[in-house]
Amino acid sequence: MSETKKGKLALYWAASCGGCEIAVLAINEKILDVAALFDIVFWPVAVDAKVRDVEKMPDASIDVCLFNGGIRTSEQEYMAQLLRRKSKVLVAFGSCAHEGCIPGLANGNNRRQIFDTAYRETPSTENPENIEPQPKSQVAEGTLHLPVFYNTVRTLNQTVPVDYYLPGCPPEADRIWDAITAIVEAKLPPPGSVIGADTTVCQECPRKRNEKKIKKFYRTWEIIPDEETCLLEQGILCCGIATRAGCGARCPGVNSPCIGCYGANEGAQDFGARLMTALASVIDSDDPQEIDRIIREGIPDPVGSFYRFSLAASQLRRRRLPV
Amino acid sequence: MSETPNAQADSAPEGDSPIFSAQKSGQSSEYKPRVAAFLCNWCSYTASDLAGTARIHYSPNVRIIRVMCSGRVDPTFVLKSFALGADGVLIAGCHPGDCHYIDQNYKTMRRYTMLRYFVEQMGIEPDRLRLVWASAAEGQYLADSITGFVEDLKKLGPLNWKANWEENGERAKALEDIVHEHAEAMEVQP
Amino acid sequence: MKHDETLRIGVYVCHCGTNIAGVLDVEALAHFAEGLPHVALARHYKYMCSDPGQELVKRDILEYNLNRIVVAACSPNLHEPTFRRAAEDAGLNRFLVQMANIREQVAWVTDDSTEAFTKAQAHLAAAIRRVAGHEALERQFVQIQPRAMVVGGGIAGIEAALTLAEAGKDVILVEREPTIGGHMAMFDKTFPTLDCAACILTPKMTAVKLHPFIKLLTYSTVESVEGSVGNYRVKVRRKPRYIDESLCVGCMMCIDGCVFTQAKFPNPFDQGLGKRKPVWIPFPQAVPPVPVVDPEVCLQIARGKCKQGCVTACGERNAFRFDQEEQIEEYTVGTIIVATGFKAFDPSVIPYYGYGRYPNVYTSLEVERLLNAGGPTAGKLTLRDGSTPKRVGIVHCVGSRDANFHPYCSRVCCMYSLKLAHLVKEKTGAEVFNCYIDVRAPGKSFEEFFNRVQDEGTQFIRGKVADITPANGDGAEGGGLIMNVDDTLLGTIRKIPVDMVILAVALEPQADASDVRRAFGISCSAEGFFLEKHPKLAPVNTANDGVFLAGACQGAKDIPDTVAQADAAAAKALALMDAGQIELEPNTAWVDEEMCSGCQTCISLCPFKAIRHDAERKIAVIDPALCKGCGTCVAACPSGAAKQHIFGDEQISEELEGLMNYV
Repeated sequence: MSETKKGKLALYWAASCGGCEIAVLAINEKILDVAALFDIVFWPVAVDAKVRDVEKMPDASIDVCLFNGGIRTSEQEYMAQLLRRKSKVLVAFGSCAHEGCIPGLANGNNRRQIFDTAYRETPSTENPENIEPQPKSQVAEGTLHLPVFYNTVRTLNQTVPVDYYLPGCPPEADRIWDAITAIVEAKLPPPGSVIGADTTVCQECPRKRNEKKIKKFYRTWEIIPDEETCLLEQGILCCGIATRAGCGARCPGVNSPCIGCYGANEGAQDFGARLMTALASVIDSDDPQEIDRIIREGIPDPVGSFYRFSLAASQLRRRRLPV
Repeated sequence: MSETPNAQADSAPEGDSPIFSAQKSGQSSEYKPRVAAFLCNWCSYTASDLAGTARIHYSPNVRIIRVMCSGRVDPTFVLKSFALGADGVLIAGCHPGDCHYIDQNYKTMRRYTMLRYFVEQMGIEPDRLRLVWASAAEGQYLADSITGFVEDLKKLGPLNWKANWEENGERAKALEDIVHEHAEAMEVQP
Repeated sequence: MKHDETLRIGVYVCHCGTNIAGVLDVEALAHFAEGLPHVALARHYKYMCSDPGQELVKRDILEYNLNRIVVAACSPNLHEPTFRRAAEDAGLNRFLVQMANIREQVAWVTDDSTEAFTKAQAHLAAAIRRVAGHEALERQFVQIQPRAMVVGGGIAGIEAALTLAEAGKDVILVEREPTIGGHMAMFDKTFPTLDCAACILTPKMTAVKLHPFIKLLTYSTVESVEGSVGNYRVKVRRKPRYIDESLCVGCMMCIDGCVFTQAKFPNPFDQGLGKRKPVWIPFPQAVPPVPVVDPEVCLQIARGKCKQGCVTACGERNAFRFDQEEQIEEYTVGTIIVATGFKAFDPSVIPYYGYGRYPNVYTSLEVERLLNAGGPTAGKLTLRDGSTPKRVGIVHCVGSRDANFHPYCSRVCCMYSLKLAHLVKEKTGAEVFNCYIDVRAPGKSFEEFFNRVQDEGTQFIRGKVADITPANGDGAEGGGLIMNVDDTLLGTIRKIPVDMVILAVALEPQADASDVRRAFGISCSAEGFFLEKHPKLAPVNTANDGVFLAGACQGAKDIPDTVAQADAAAAKALALMDAGQIELEPNTAWVDEEMCSGCQTCISLCPFKAIRHDAERKIAVIDPALCKGCGTCVAACPSGAAKQHIFGDEQISEELEGLMNYV
């Protein structure tokens, strides 16, 4: 790509931890290649450009927008809509934009519960006047605006149409570079695709595997796993069977179970359901009472265990709100 | 082509039909639970055929999906049923030990147990999910099970799952406000 | 849903006379379907399944280029094949057809026509959405090898093998014992006709031996079964006899020549009542008439040192092979008949009947051997001390109809107890007491036989025997016994002194039934007998195509029923082999090789052993010939790599969306 034909790149950060921003830098010196190929027109964490600058851009004038983070507030939704309008290609970058990730786990609670915890109940909170964020507050100088805090975290594609997904919490540097290369070389898969492997973590995991039959589930602190056999076969809830490959099976590689940050494999409609069905199917009992005990004792927190990264993207999306 | 979960943004709801909207707007005070029922081909679906042949009447609120075995019922289908508006989901298969596929209904039993714990944590009463064993001869029993399930769902009230993420219209208003605020801000500082 | 401009769906709403049209506005239903995406035309017709109805579909396919068909009518279990065939006749792939069941599941089950109409709309819309995602599939057939294996050489296996062989099929008959004949060969007479068991059985045994189409493998067991209907690969373990079957002429001189002058080892065929030598034959008419050497007690084999009187006796026949080893042979067969029979209940687990503690308490099978002219006493019924019993008690239902052992009725015990009562009386003139719960004599000439035995003077006492106690001392040395029985007709407890007790033991599944069951991929009912595919309409088929059941392995039964079932199983196997091929389930599962990560979650889930792990490619592979299409592995696959024809995720999801959007 010649200097004159430099593309325009935007990066944005919504409901996420910021790790994805750092992950972009984890491509190391290749960031210089990125700078050579693209004008970075918007990247609040690194470049001084304002929202109003984006608003002024013609529609579809940004070539690629890497959007990380889920949608938790009205401001984030506004930015998602704005960047969608201004970008030719919108990429849901990282687990939060893709599936809601850890912020999405807050869908197990609602706004009231979250505010109560954050502004009242934590031991370190001192808030005698019960102050909590308000969308509008009057001060001497005028009206102050804060975005509306939604009850439910949404994924990016539940908010605006998304062209590509780059999974992971955060995405591996190599995969990021693969995606950038694909964009530059115009070798992108069909729109709507997840950029990554179409198989699951077991493919990359060197552990010895066998037929699965589980008599008891262990939580990680209850057992020192054997380093060579499949963690799941040892009763440890490893999500690798259902999680899209691409990370190189890093967690099982250090004797720690996969927790599912790359999300579901191609075509799967619900990550947690895939895990639930697989694990339940291989429970080694035909006795209803024993089955119940194995599940009750072994998996005390199904939502957290099966949807750590994907609750917001699941079929049910959130816990039922109080009526 | 691949499609990711929920690839349709919420702003473009899918599947609305004239009938669906008419039903919605014309919804009377009487609550009619919606039930998705997955019946295995060899026992329960045949039982439902038998109920028909014997003109055994049961609650018409149930919508039947035929699968070859209750073991085919992917938890995704159950969760999707709730997400699509079902108030209850029924899974019916051959009696344990009588499975046409030897013992696959035990896998159904295991998944069912797992699902009940999960949906409960999600705030869905576990009784909205029901597992029934009905042999091909048990048309009456299946019919009674469906009617009984619908009666129980009436007591539990509507689930209306989609309303959970609609943000009560607050969302549209907030977005409008941002546009206004930005417009104002732009006027002050051109 | 799938948006594909080339889709042209034809929708047909059947009136079924007034069955559907009487409840549903079929015209409005067709009109509703017309408005749905991809529907090219929608019609309603009086009887879709009639010839003109089918013609309508065929004509429309050709005239309007329809490429998907939805018929809203009765249950697919009734007419899906009809409309699939109609579509195929018009050149459309038969699997691009879907039915909406608006008769059995809508019109017939509610009076509320408004609700019924909404429900019919939902089912119709679901079928339309579903069929959009259907794929054209080829019908798959497998060839059936015209060769059968019969496992078990009792009367069931013998009968089945002969029937198959007479029809010109090659048969491999596998028997675990050194001879065929099974339990029937042990019996003296058979009820109710009192035919001599050997007289009617041994000609059949000989026929097996002589039949050119039957390959007889005795002293052999099935090691493993692979493959599927039409092409089962069966490994057979052949135990060493230490005698070359092809050289032995059955002269039995070796038995006389054995260095053991006295037979001193219990003969299992005589229930241990008779004795045998290290080289022995179960009974004189054994087939094949080839002795077998017991390596545990043969001096040459066990200690490596013996004068080998047997070898000397064999002379220039030179049939002995002390270095013979176990061999595994593999056979490919199209069909299998499992006829592994039953095991007699061991009453030593019932302490209050004293079997094994009081020498004069016998099982019915032991008494059969004592009464048999070829048995250990040459047909003389004697007690252990050699004396003839004068008072004999027969206890019915030992292990049967008893919640502590087997809840079921073993079906044959009443009749064989009557037979034993008759034979005991005939041979010894003893007084016989039959203690029964009920006498079950429901077969041809059974009741007449019961009357005959009563007329002969056998005493019948209606009551379950509480216990059996020695008349004097601890009974360990023999001597008289007391049967304590609550005579429910007299309403008193009776103590009946006898000097012999016969326990009419139950028939139960073979000890290794569950291993056999697993090897052949069949299931068992609660009591452990093998499970037929349908208790009434498929009594000899199993869940595994091409594997059939005959005889008491399927449930306790008498000889006539066993023979009838064996012939039925042979006929079923013949039908399959003569057809030459069988159509496979269309809705089989398959694995997307790219997506499969080889996690092996699915492997253990398939009861038909259709899924195996390909260690080289690190993926799961499904054998379409073994897959029965239940879809359990598809629902369980964590990576979504396991897919299913006709019942794929997309098809079921679309159906669900259709159903729920029109609630």
